[in-house]
Amino acid sequence: MTLPPLVEPAAELTKDEVARYSRHLIIPDVGMDGQKRLKNAKVLVVGAGGLGSPALLYLAAAGVGTLGVIDFDVVDESNLQRQVIHGQSDVGKPKVVSAAESVAEINPLITLNVHQEQLSTENARELFREYDLILDGTDNFATRYLVNDAAVLEGKPYVWGSIFRFEGQVSVFWEEAPNGQGLNYRDLYPEPPPPGMVPSCAEGGVLGVLCASIGSVMVTEAIKLITGIGEPLLGRLMVYDALEMSYRTVKIRKDPETKPITELIDYDAFCGVVSDAAQDAAAGHTITPRELKEKFDRGDDFALIDVREPHEFEIVRIPNSVLIPKDRILSGEALSELPQDKPIVLHCKSGGRSAEALAALHKAGFRDAVHVGGGVLGWARDVDPSLPTY
Amino acid sequence: MRARVNGTDHDFADDVTVRELLDDLGYDRPGVAAAMNGTVVPRVRWASTTVPDGAVLEVLTAVQGG
Repeated sequence: MTLPPLVEPAAELTKDEVARYSRHLIIPDVGMDGQKRLKNAKVLVVGAGGLGSPALLYLAAAGVGTLGVIDFDVVDESNLQRQVIHGQSDVGKPKVVSAAESVAEINPLITLNVHQEQLSTENARELFREYDLILDGTDNFATRYLVNDAAVLEGKPYVWGSIFRFEGQVSVFWEEAPNGQGLNYRDLYPEPPPPGMVPSCAEGGVLGVLCASIGSVMVTEAIKLITGIGEPLLGRLMVYDALEMSYRTVKIRKDPETKPITELIDYDAFCGVVSDAAQDAAAGHTITPRELKEKFDRGDDFALIDVREPHEFEIVRIPNSVLIPKDRILSGEALSELPQDKPIVLHCKSGGRSAEALAALHKAGFRDAVHVGGGVLGWARDVDPSLPTY
Repeated sequence: MRARVNGTDHDFADDVTVRELLDDLGYDRPGVAAAMNGTVVPRVRWASTTVPDGAVLEVLTAVQGG
């Protein structure tokens, strides 16, 4: 179903603009009207990295009148394999500065707003308010849920893309879309995977050109939304597989039981964001609550250590677990209380603290220790829904 | 009954639910979406949705890279 154009047309195009955008102007579906809408559009790109690079370049070239870019990072040599908005001489520069220079060279007729900071719960809503449309090209789950929730709260549509190795996913989310078509990222993925379960591009790698494959679809969707042409990806998820060379789409429906988003939350806690050491420890040493249940059912001999605080242990616990709060493990004080003769399984509330404790155990020589991704909340959800959660 | 999951045919008990099917194959965890015959089944409906014979399922994992 087509959507009405997101942006009203600008009053006019200058002579220079007509010359520059002539290949758009002679497409009947775009024409003067569409190009004037692009001129009036304000689009924010979150992240000047892999997806942000082609997105910014093509949005600028297409004549989006006001572009914003937010990123706190600096250009690193390892970015250049895919982040084509930056070049060799930009290494060490803030990404937003390097991006601004490239955009100015591509199209001097547009305005670029530079936000050299990290998107946070403090600045996200205010920043989104200034724009018509947001493009999410960030590189971590915590920021992705922040982008989604802030967009929902501000009623803004956003184009979402994510990439890993040879695969990309793209969609358009807009909670307040007309005609009951509204939905958001949480309708597709209510929760992120447990920490350590899904590697980032930094850990798992990404084919550089995948950024162009997915970034170009994101820009196409942005142009369609702004000008009101074609069938937007709202309500559909596109999955691209570079090895098969296939694009598939599946329909997404509003999940009627998703809790409404009423405020921004602590996204690091929600996504179980942990230190690099904890992330390394968790990689390959994470079991699911159901796998824990299978260990119990098989009668495996192991020690289940709950690393939460005593008051949390009082609220809900996994049967046969022993409480040793995380800080006592990190300080080394409790290491002597741990069994030497059987494997250790750690858990906490949702998997963050147990990953930190796991890193300490691996360092102390308990090499085969694992932790439970999702923690006691995952256990309550997947194994014993009768348990209370908090 | 038989269902195709990510391109491979698998046999399941009749009246298997989406959740049981995903659990069988080790996919029942957060950060996973499942589409049946081209439409994503919301997670809250996994346990109450029966998979018909011949269904085509696609299991998708959330990725974070950008």
